[in-house]
Amino acid sequence: MAEFKEAPPGASVLVQGTTWLQNRFPTAFEAYRVHMAEYYAPKNMNWMYFFGSLSLLVLVIQIVTGIFLVMHYKPDAALAFASVEYIMRDVPWGWLVRYMHSTGASAFFVVVYLHMFRGLVYGSYRKPRELVWIFGVAIFLCLMAEAFMGYLLPWGQMSYWGAQVIINLFAAIPVVGPDLAILIRGDYVVGDATLNRFFAFHVIAVPLVLIGLVVAHLLALHDVGSNNPDGIEIKAKKDPKTGIPLDGIPFHPYYTVHDLIGVSVFLILFTAVIFFAPTMGGFFLEFNNFIPADPLKTPAHIAPVWYFTPYYSMLRATTDVMVNVLVVLLAVAAVLAILFGGFSRKGKLVVLVAAIVGAGMLKALDAKFWGVVVMGAAVLILFFLPWLDRSPVRSIRYRPGWNRWMYGLFVVNFLVLGYLGVLPPSPGGTVVSQVGTIYYFGFFLLMPWWSRIGEFKPVPDRVVFQPH
Amino acid sequence: MSDASSGGALAAPDPAAAQPADPSRRTWIAITAGVGAVGGAFTAVPFVSSFAPSERARAAGAPVEVDIGGLAPGEKVTVEWRGKPVWIIRRTPEMLESLTKTEPQLADPKSVRTAYPTPDYAKNPHRSIKPEFFVGVGICSHLGCSPSDRFAPGAQPSLPDDWAGGFLCPCHGSTFDMAGRVFKNMPAPDNLEVPPHMYLSETRLLIGEDKKA
Repeated sequence: MAEFKEAPPGASVLVQGTTWLQNRFPTAFEAYRVHMAEYYAPKNMNWMYFFGSLSLLVLVIQIVTGIFLVMHYKPDAALAFASVEYIMRDVPWGWLVRYMHSTGASAFFVVVYLHMFRGLVYGSYRKPRELVWIFGVAIFLCLMAEAFMGYLLPWGQMSYWGAQVIINLFAAIPVVGPDLAILIRGDYVVGDATLNRFFAFHVIAVPLVLIGLVVAHLLALHDVGSNNPDGIEIKAKKDPKTGIPLDGIPFHPYYTVHDLIGVSVFLILFTAVIFFAPTMGGFFLEFNNFIPADPLKTPAHIAPVWYFTPYYSMLRATTDVMVNVLVVLLAVAAVLAILFGGFSRKGKLVVLVAAIVGAGMLKALDAKFWGVVVMGAAVLILFFLPWLDRSPVRSIRYRPGWNRWMYGLFVVNFLVLGYLGVLPPSPGGTVVSQVGTIYYFGFFLLMPWWSRIGEFKPVPDRVVFQPH
Repeated sequence: MSDASSGGALAAPDPAAAQPADPSRRTWIAITAGVGAVGGAFTAVPFVSSFAPSERARAAGAPVEVDIGGLAPGEKVTVEWRGKPVWIIRRTPEMLESLTKTEPQLADPKSVRTAYPTPDYAKNPHRSIKPEFFVGVGICSHLGCSPSDRFAPGAQPSLPDDWAGGFLCPCHGSTFDMAGRVFKNMPAPDNLEVPPHMYLSETRLLIGEDKKA
C-alpha cells in the first residue's frame, strides 16, 4: 500500500475528496492510469478499430435492455409468447426496449464479425496476442450460446423448432448423445423445462461468463498492447527518456474521443433499424416467430437467424456424398504428408494409421454426426489460428498481393454460405455449400503452407501515419 | 487489476522461494487439495442431476387412444403422444403400390437399423400392422423437425422428378416414402419411428403400448 497522504491545508473540497479516495482505494486510480491515461495505443489505428469499443457498447445495451425485459417477461411455456406480445403492446415503451434487445442481438454479431475480420487481416492474433484472440473466440462462443438460448424465450414457432434442431445436434454424438439431449432439454421433447433453464442460462449464467471473458480479453490486450494496421510492434521503438512508445498515444483522451465518432455512426444505423425496419425483412426477427410454438407442426421452411446460417450451411452440406469426398481428401492429405511432410519413419506410420482410423470412422458413423462435427469444428478451428498462420509478417499490407484474393474469397464464401443457409435446401445449393465448406476449412488447415509462400513486402520500422 | 503493468520490471525474487519446501507439508497440501476436489465433484452430482427430466415429465408419457373410424382413404390425423406428433394415415391402394416402386431408392427398406428400432409387427414393406394404416412418429430422424406431407406424386419443388408420394422434411430436405422409409443419401439416417401401438378394436387404436408390453 502506498504512503498515506494528507491534502495540503486549505485545499478545495475536490482535492480533499480525491485525497481521501486515493488513500482508501488507490486501485481505482491505478486502473485509470494503466488502462486509460497511460495505455499507449498505436496512433495509426483506422476505422476497423471501432468495432472493439462498439462490441462493448452493444454488450451494455443488451444487459440494460435485458434487465428491463425480464421485469415483464414470463419464462413459462403457457405464458411466454403472450408475455412478449404484452411487452410489445401494453408495457409503456416496451416495444422500444424489446426492439433494442432484438436488434442488439444482430448488431452484436455484425460488430463482432467485423472485429474478428480486422484481427484476421492485420494478424492481431499473432504472438504475443494469442491469448487475446483465444479469449475473443471464447466470447464469440458465449455469444452464440447467448443468442441461441435467447431465441427460445419468445416461444414462437422458430424459437421452438430452432431449439429442437440444435439440441438434437447433440443427440447425434455416438453413445452418450441421446441421453445428453434429454439432459439439456430436461424432458423428452422441448418443453416448459427447457424454456425455464434456457432463461436461467440466458439471463444469469452465460452473461456472467461473458463479462468475465470480456474483462480477461481487455486485461490481456492491455498487457501486450494493441496491434495496428501495419502489424508493427510499437513497443520496439520507445522514447529513451520517457519509455513511451514513439508511435503510441494515450488511449484517453485520444481514442475515447475517436471512438465517439464510431459510436455516433453506429447509433444512427442502429436506431434506423429499430424505428424503420425492426424485423429487417425477416432477417433479424423471423416472420414464423410471430406464430406461437406448436410442437406438432414444423413451419414449412425453418432457418436459423442470419448470424448462424454460414455454419448451418456447413451442417447441411455434410451428406453421405460429402463424407466420401472427405475420405478422399483425407487420403490425399495423408499421402502428401507421408511423401513431403518430412516425418520420420515412425511419424509416417502414425500419419498412415491416423488416416486409416479417420477414414474408417468417417464411413462407420452417420453423416448426421459428421455434420455436427463440421459445424462445431468451423468455430473451434478459430482457436488454433495463431498457430496455423506461419507468415513472416503480421499485416495483410505486407503480405503477397494474392493473399488479398484469398481473404476476399474467404469473406465472399462466408457470405454465400450464410445466404444459402437462409434458403430452403436445394441440390444446387448443397453442392455450392459443399464447395464453400471445403474452402472454409482449406483456408485454415492449409494456412501453415500457403501463409509462408509468395513474395513479402518490406515492413517499415515505424507505423505508416499521415497526420490530418 | 492494478498490477497489470504494461512493461514494468519483474518483481524481485521472493526470499521464501529460495528455501527448500518442507516435503511433509507438501504431502498434506496435496491430500487436502485431493480430498477437496473429490468433495467438489460429489457436490456437483445433485446439480447436474437436476438437469434430468423431473418426475412429472417422466409420468407424462401415458398411452393415447385414437378413434380412426372416420378416417377416409388418403387422409391423415395427427395426435400428440409424449409431446411428439404421431401420424395415422389411411393409405390408398395407389400409395401402397408406390412402396414397391420406391424400394430400390431407400436407405433401409427392411427397417433393420436399430437407432429407432421398428417393432417386429411393423418390419414389413408397409411398416404397419394393417397395410392400410400407417402409424408413425412424425419427427425426422435427422434433427427432429416434423416432415410435411407431399402425398401427390410427380415433380415439384425440392423433390425429384420421379417422386412417388411421401414426406419432405422442411429443415434439411430429407425425404421419406409413404411408409416413412428414408431415401438414400439424405441427411436423415433412419426411417421414421414406428411407436408401439395396437388395435383395441377395428376402429380404436392405442398408441404407446403394444401386446408385448
